[in-house]
Amino acid sequence: MKEYFGTIFRSVRSLLKGMKLTGYYFTHPKEIQTEEYPDNRATLTMFDRFKGEVTMPHDENNEHRCTGCQACEIACPNGTIKIITKQELQPDGKKKKAIDTFVYHLELCTMCNLCVVACPSDAIVMGQSFEHSVYDKKQLKKVLNLPGSKIMEGVE
Amino acid sequence: MSLLGEDIVTEDGEFVINIGPQHPSTHGVLHLKVWLDGETIKRIQPHLGYIHRSIEKMSESLSYRNFIYATSRMDYLSAHINNQACALCVEKGLQVEVPDRAKAIRILMAELTRLSSHQLWWGCTGLDLGAVTPFFYAFRERESIMAIMEETCGARLTQNYCVPGGVMYDIHPNFRSRVKDTLKQIRSKFTEYEEILTGNVIFEQRTKGVGYISAEDAISFGCTGPTARGSGVSCDIRKLYPYDGYEKLQFKEILEQGGDCYARYMVRMAEMKQSVFIIEQLIDNIPEGEFQAKTKMVLKLPKGEFYQRVETARGELGVYIVSDGAASPYRIKYRSPNFSNLSALEKMATGTKIGDLVAIMSTIDLVIPDVDR
Repeated sequence: MKEYFGTIFRSVRSLLKGMKLTGYYFTHPKEIQTEEYPDNRATLTMFDRFKGEVTMPHDENNEHRCTGCQACEIACPNGTIKIITKQELQPDGKKKKAIDTFVYHLELCTMCNLCVVACPSDAIVMGQSFEHSVYDKKQLKKVLNLPGSKIMEGVE
Repeated sequence: MSLLGEDIVTEDGEFVINIGPQHPSTHGVLHLKVWLDGETIKRIQPHLGYIHRSIEKMSESLSYRNFIYATSRMDYLSAHINNQACALCVEKGLQVEVPDRAKAIRILMAELTRLSSHQLWWGCTGLDLGAVTPFFYAFRERESIMAIMEETCGARLTQNYCVPGGVMYDIHPNFRSRVKDTLKQIRSKFTEYEEILTGNVIFEQRTKGVGYISAEDAISFGCTGPTARGSGVSCDIRKLYPYDGYEKLQFKEILEQGGDCYARYMVRMAEMKQSVFIIEQLIDNIPEGEFQAKTKMVLKLPKGEFYQRVETARGELGVYIVSDGAASPYRIKYRSPNFSNLSALEKMATGTKIGDLVAIMSTIDLVIPDVDR
């Protein structure tokens, strides 16, 4: 009989112990960590290493650093990157390989960062944007080099 | 009436039901066919293949640098440890010496992954057994670990931070202070975990004595990790076959003799504390130096077979590479912990009530993408 009531007492005590903790957090809402996304969109900053999408930075003269060596295309495990090259006529009369279009299929990308690591001229970096949802699948196919852009001087 | 071509009620009067593949308590697309006598389980048959992505076959057409990212999608809760296993196996073939700094970073990340994985498991176990609150508490601490991962690796779950020869880039300058803050936070919450779930009378009654498996059965089914250690089988790869410098660290292999759900629960709870202990030893002693060994542009493994095993949060993961000397593997085989642990489910659950099946499944800690690959 004593044991029977002892068990009941211990059981109720263990439940109350848990309830006490729950009650503590219920009355102290400041200790709860919640990301208020999307309400905090204006102030939300991602970490600088966050892998959101592959981007190609251009400077103010609309110049990029991509030489068209296709190292990223080889490094990509999913065939996300397709580089179409062209032969560009140099001022000294020689022909040089340059990129025509840098096609990036966002829908195939797994953000593994292998293309960025493989790039010898730091032409591509990982961008921080992560809101990629669109209504049409075709919008996920992106051309990274801006229209009319050319390679920065001195990048080989 | 028929279901999957068989009668719902068998000749012996057993009732056949299908749990899953879309069931919240199976933690993924696991399909269990259960033969019931009243509420007592007579037989269980897991049906696999719903999330098979043929990662092994896919890897055969990828180079030794490229195939590692796919293993993040196997056991996605210990993604870093999977990547580490592949990187270690390739390094074994290349005979590359990994710098001490890279080794230390890898262990730190692996233990943080283990910690976050066990925290998610703790929350989900509570959720499965009817306690919703632990889920939110567990995710609160897990969030700060995810922030560490995001800051240093660039992703929260599928990091792809290990590369053959070391890690992809050096740790973030804020890494040390962030880890220390997180450890301080987690240490103070362990008592809360015990207050809210471990000592709870309902939880104890639903797990103690439920889902028993003996040490002999655990070995014969090939169980590893906390599932086997809950039956007293010593199988911690970090102790038995140390890799990446685990031999220099002090930690205990947690063993429980109970063999039931409660023992497996206690093993994981104690392992969390051991992970914190390992991280504390390393965080102030990360050696200086290179974070990546110099490797060739195109990796080619010599002809032969290479095997590397690591301890993930769920058990032993083995990576077996057969190389014919080319730039991509001839054959890759993953020995995944969840597949073997799942095979012991029938032994554990036969004779118990159907309500206990949920408790058994959540203490095996199944991750279905790792079962199917």
